[in-house]
Amino acid sequence: MVPITTLHYLVVAAALFVLGVIGVLTRRNVVIVLMSIELILNAVNLNLVAFSRMWGNLNGQVFAIFIVVDAAAEAAVGLGILIAFFRNKETINVDEIDLLKW
Amino acid sequence: MIPVATPWFFYVLAGLAVASGLAVITRRNAVHSALALIVTLLSVAGLYLMLYAPFVAGVQIIVYAGGIMVLFLFVIMLVNIDRAAKERQFNRMWPVGLVAAGTLFALFLSAFLKGKGLFPDRMMRLAEASNTQEIANMLYGEAGRMGQYTFAFEIASLLLLVAILGAVIMTKKKI
Repeated sequence: MVPITTLHYLVVAAALFVLGVIGVLTRRNVVIVLMSIELILNAVNLNLVAFSRMWGNLNGQVFAIFIVVDAAAEAAVGLGILIAFFRNKETINVDEIDLLKW
Repeated sequence: MIPVATPWFFYVLAGLAVASGLAVITRRNAVHSALALIVTLLSVAGLYLMLYAPFVAGVQIIVYAGGIMVLFLFVIMLVNIDRAAKERQFNRMWPVGLVAAGTLFALFLSAFLKGKGLFPDRMMRLAEASNTQEIANMLYGEAGRMGQYTFAFEIASLLLLVAILGAVIMTKKKI
């Protein structure tokens, strides 16, 4: 079997990233759009950790931890906005988020 | 410890991650999507272990699979998903999004294949036992000096404080 190189991890991360992009672009359910953003952030983390191993340097892992912190903050604020929106319009459909239009 | 049967584990974990990632964006019921996302997160944590990053793997399981996913499941319970599950799941422009994302993937792959020589075939072995301590030294500093990322660490705590305040104020009934 071929030994696993950095390239293998990069391809997996690219696949996860593209799945997340598809979710953000095509789904209408806001909860699933937010989950797709988590997929994207995970792909970035995988890349960082793979490069961290490639160079034998821990900076990538520290950055991955910072991105996890960022993802937690983003999820909390995003879901808070979602609850406020649901209270106003009784729907979680992306197409109906137009409260700032007039 | 030298990992055993590395290629086999890699393909299993990668396949699991991508397959459940696909389930996340295709399921009609948001709870099923959340459960599939947990499987993705756990298999990515397994990949971190194979990359000699045990601390990041632990953070992934505790913070992501344990914390953020519980937040998601709570919100799914608060909002009415029955109505959303009956509606059309993809917006009208989905072929455009699919083509754009497919092009992005092709771009990634071509860039990786063109730059193949840039990635060394041999991967480094990082020390596993001292991994957490080395990360702590970078974050908090060692021997009384500030670490490389101490300032960024403090800013991250500020970011979390702002996010907590934002989430609490956003969910209040009357602001």
